[in-house]
Amino acid sequence: MTSMSKPLIDKHLPRNKLNLTVRDYEGSMSTLCAGCGHDSVTAALVQAFWQLDLPPHSAAKISGIGCSSKTTAYFMGQSHGINCVHGRMPSVATGANAVNGDLHYIGISGDGDSLSIGFGQFAHAIRRNLNMLYVLENNGVYGLTKGQFSASADIGTKSKKGIANEQSPIDPCVQALTLGAGFVARAFSGDKSQLVPLIQAGLMHKGFALIDVISPCVTFNDHAGSTKSYAHTFKYYHPLVHTDFVAHHEEITADTSEGGAITVTMHDGGILKLRKTDDDYDPRDRAQAIETLLLGDRSGEIRTGLLYVNEDMADMHAANHLPKTPLNALPYEALTPGRAALAKLQGRWK
Amino acid sequence: MKDIVDTMADLRINDFVIKIGNVNGTGSASANGLLMKAIFRMGVPVVGKNLFPSNIQGLPTWFEIRVTKDAYMARSGAADLVVAMNAETYKRDLAEVSPGGFLLYDDTWPRPELHARTDITAIGVPLARLCNAKFDNARTRVLMKNMAYVGAVAGLTGIDVSIIKAMVEEMFGSKPKLIDANMTAINLGLDYVRQTYPEPLPLRVQAMDATRGNVLIDGNTAAALGCVYAGATFGAWYPITPSTSLMDGYKSFCEKFRVDPETGEKKFCIIQAEDELASIGMAVGAGWNGARAFTPTSGPGISLMSEFIGFAYYSEVPVVLFNVQRAGPSTGLPTRTQQCDLTLCAYASHGDTKHIMLFPANPAECFEMAVQSFDIAERFQTPVFFMTDLDIGMNDWMIPELEWDDSYQPDRGKILSAAELEELPKYYRYEDRDGDNIPYRTVPGVHPKGAYFTRGSGHNWKGGYTEDAAEYKEVLDRLTRKWEDSADAVPGPVIIEASKPTNRAIISLGGCDGAVREALDRLAERGIELNYMRVRGFPFSAEVEAFMDSHDEIFVVEQNRDAQLRGLLINETAVDKTKLIPVLDYAGMAANPAFIIEGVTAHLVAEEA
Ligand SMILES: Cc1ncc(C[n+]2csc(CCOP(=O)(O)OP(=O)(O)O)c2C)c(N)n1
Ligand code: SF4
Ligand SMILES: [Mg+2]
Repeated sequence: MTSMSKPLIDKHLPRNKLNLTVRDYEGSMSTLCAGCGHDSVTAALVQAFWQLDLPPHSAAKISGIGCSSKTTAYFMGQSHGINCVHGRMPSVATGANAVNGDLHYIGISGDGDSLSIGFGQFAHAIRRNLNMLYVLENNGVYGLTKGQFSASADIGTKSKKGIANEQSPIDPCVQALTLGAGFVARAFSGDKSQLVPLIQAGLMHKGFALIDVISPCVTFNDHAGSTKSYAHTFKYYHPLVHTDFVAHHEEITADTSEGGAITVTMHDGGILKLRKTDDDYDPRDRAQAIETLLLGDRSGEIRTGLLYVNEDMADMHAANHLPKTPLNALPYEALTPGRAALAKLQGRWK
Repeated sequence: MKDIVDTMADLRINDFVIKIGNVNGTGSASANGLLMKAIFRMGVPVVGKNLFPSNIQGLPTWFEIRVTKDAYMARSGAADLVVAMNAETYKRDLAEVSPGGFLLYDDTWPRPELHARTDITAIGVPLARLCNAKFDNARTRVLMKNMAYVGAVAGLTGIDVSIIKAMVEEMFGSKPKLIDANMTAINLGLDYVRQTYPEPLPLRVQAMDATRGNVLIDGNTAAALGCVYAGATFGAWYPITPSTSLMDGYKSFCEKFRVDPETGEKKFCIIQAEDELASIGMAVGAGWNGARAFTPTSGPGISLMSEFIGFAYYSEVPVVLFNVQRAGPSTGLPTRTQQCDLTLCAYASHGDTKHIMLFPANPAECFEMAVQSFDIAERFQTPVFFMTDLDIGMNDWMIPELEWDDSYQPDRGKILSAAELEELPKYYRYEDRDGDNIPYRTVPGVHPKGAYFTRGSGHNWKGGYTEDAAEYKEVLDRLTRKWEDSADAVPGPVIIEASKPTNRAIISLGGCDGAVREALDRLAERGIELNYMRVRGFPFSAEVEAFMDSHDEIFVVEQNRDAQLRGLLINETAVDKTKLIPVLDYAGMAANPAFIIEGVTAHLVAEEA
């Protein structure tokens, strides 16, 4: 089967500041199962990028292998994408980002891709504070290889055949927090109103931004007894904090006075407005974030929203003192020491 | 006063080997380096080989200095003056002294057993006693004992001590105390031998003028310089012997040449990855994004990188892999040399994959071919393997001073600019527009029209996903043709004709070169004339094939057990395999002519019998 393109019927669609419609941010037709959570994440990404008025080719999409990782083909057909090898998207993102930090790097991965084969790369990208949005489309199973439990499967969750998982799960958000990520969020593919602003905030965060999106697999993990099904997630879904992302300072002034709101200024100018719920949760407190997630585990509640944010961390570019002009754009003349320098250098080997 | 030898009949000037046995981690490397460089500065060509264990401290290590007026480039295999500084290896060191040679040892404690051989002369110098009397601190005593034997060897062989002194001054520049201490130790050894053995050894270093315009440099350093001059801006790596010093070199040159003095901005990026699964991914990511990117590694690293190599091959991403080969399999002999990854790299990764390889023979070629590797990788949009080894990479070699032509411009291959994309009606990543099997690539972020989706899964010439048999095959077949075309772009073979016409030849590669050339001289002296071709690139060019066609008997000399070069020649050309005779050396030592001479003569004798 070849990739399909979609019919164009975008005459009456609204346009953003670049005079583009959402259609300009779409990719080729999805080949995932109807109802797959991953398609909703794709739609949220399209909307988030369109709303931010970002030129599509200012993004680079990178993914590993899995149903989730396939989705980089399904959004922003006008950006470069690279669908590499299983579990190793972070390394490609690292190299790509190092030589041109001016693009928005969007990494798409799955729970298998990130928490088993790619666990090391996931961890080390966080340690390097790679400036990217890392979307982990978490369904508790390996979709593409037909439903084996993944490392995010909860204890007691049942496979389609009714067998319970007995191994303890890896929580990517807890991992990211302990590894020092500066932006950690959890969302649900079924709640776009929460996911879209989180994606926008994650894109604007300067550093590693993880969004762990519960994204049910309708084919292999959406049955009764599964803790990653739509029904289960809707039932236990608990937003800790509401996030609004406003791209420009001016537009937010009227709202900031609202009681209990926390505002966080993002590196690239936007503002995050975090409205507290009853929980009195402060996403600037890393210890509280970890504690809350671990407690949530016990109550069964799936605690979502922007769990932690820290805008003051040096990203990989800063730590490596990389130049303003991307490495891939430096002219050769700026890179070669030249003939005379070589002659001089060799004194040490005589 | 003692006489060392009764006869001066075999006076050997500038043609002998000093072999020093040390304990790893005792600071002997700088002492041995001093000796070697002093000889070089006297104008006498040298070959240095460091034989070190996979260990940080305590195990035996040896350093060989071949003094070679004829400027041969290989080990000779002899050991004419053995300096035995490691009691653990006395027995072996004694056994290794070539007949008629000398053994220098520390006779602070009597060692009658070292005088057991009647065909050699054992020379005692009380190094420990001399140093203990002069220096207080235990560590200093150990270090100074090294300097003391430098003095003793200099005294016995006629190495110019004023040259050594100048080097010590360079080494410790701003620390006069250290200069004094080291010179004191050197003079302890020197004075002792001068007083005790007034007649120097028949192994003599005499000033020549045969090293002018040359440098002593290791291949990893030269390759690192090549990366800098090629304009490579991104390197990712995971530490592994013997490749580590390549990245160390790249880093130090970049720190010197690529840091903006005002802003502190660095015009390079080095990432120490979490493993080789990641280091290759990073290099691929950077190559995909339009930078010249590389990763230095060794066999175990290549094994881990395998899947990404196939990905880069199939999706056509340029990247350069420096494989500094060491003896395998598995961890193998991590500090010994081999040419054992030829097959691995030629076909690295699953599925139908074939790669480009370059085979430098010495640090001069390391510099040159590092630059060529990036040009070829970008021109052909594919991984390129730079196949060096521990011997080339980590030993200092005497080579002509490196030269650079400032008119060089990198061959970036076919990359479309924003303006070119603007003009184009439609861009397809794998379209063979020029009919030369090389498509155009685009760099992310340059222009929305340049966007395409890079995938390791089946894709058609448009870059779209496909499982269609014909579409899949079309791309795969073009990749084969592209690879075949690269045979003319890789460095061509070097052919040396014998002085008389012959239908016999040697084919070899890489670091065997010096040993082969010397073996050719020796064999010619015995009346065995052989032509010689050193292959420098893979795929093999027509010239390689023609050379094989024009000979009836060809010795394929290489350093691995399984005759991998021979295998590639058979697999990738139409050569009749019965005429390719393997001559193999895979014990992990730098090549020396003996195994070649033996291999060739044994075959010829068998043939006659
Ligand atoms: C090296 C390697 N091993 C195994 C596979 C097979 N494989 C493909 S996708 C996958 C699991 C994907 O799971 P996940 O990342 O959770 O993605 P999902 O399909 O659930 O979205 C596996 C094991 C592979 N592609 N590569
Ligand atoms: S198998 Fe599961 S994860 Fe894969 S496409 Fe179908 S629903 Fe989605
Ligand atoms: Mg999954």
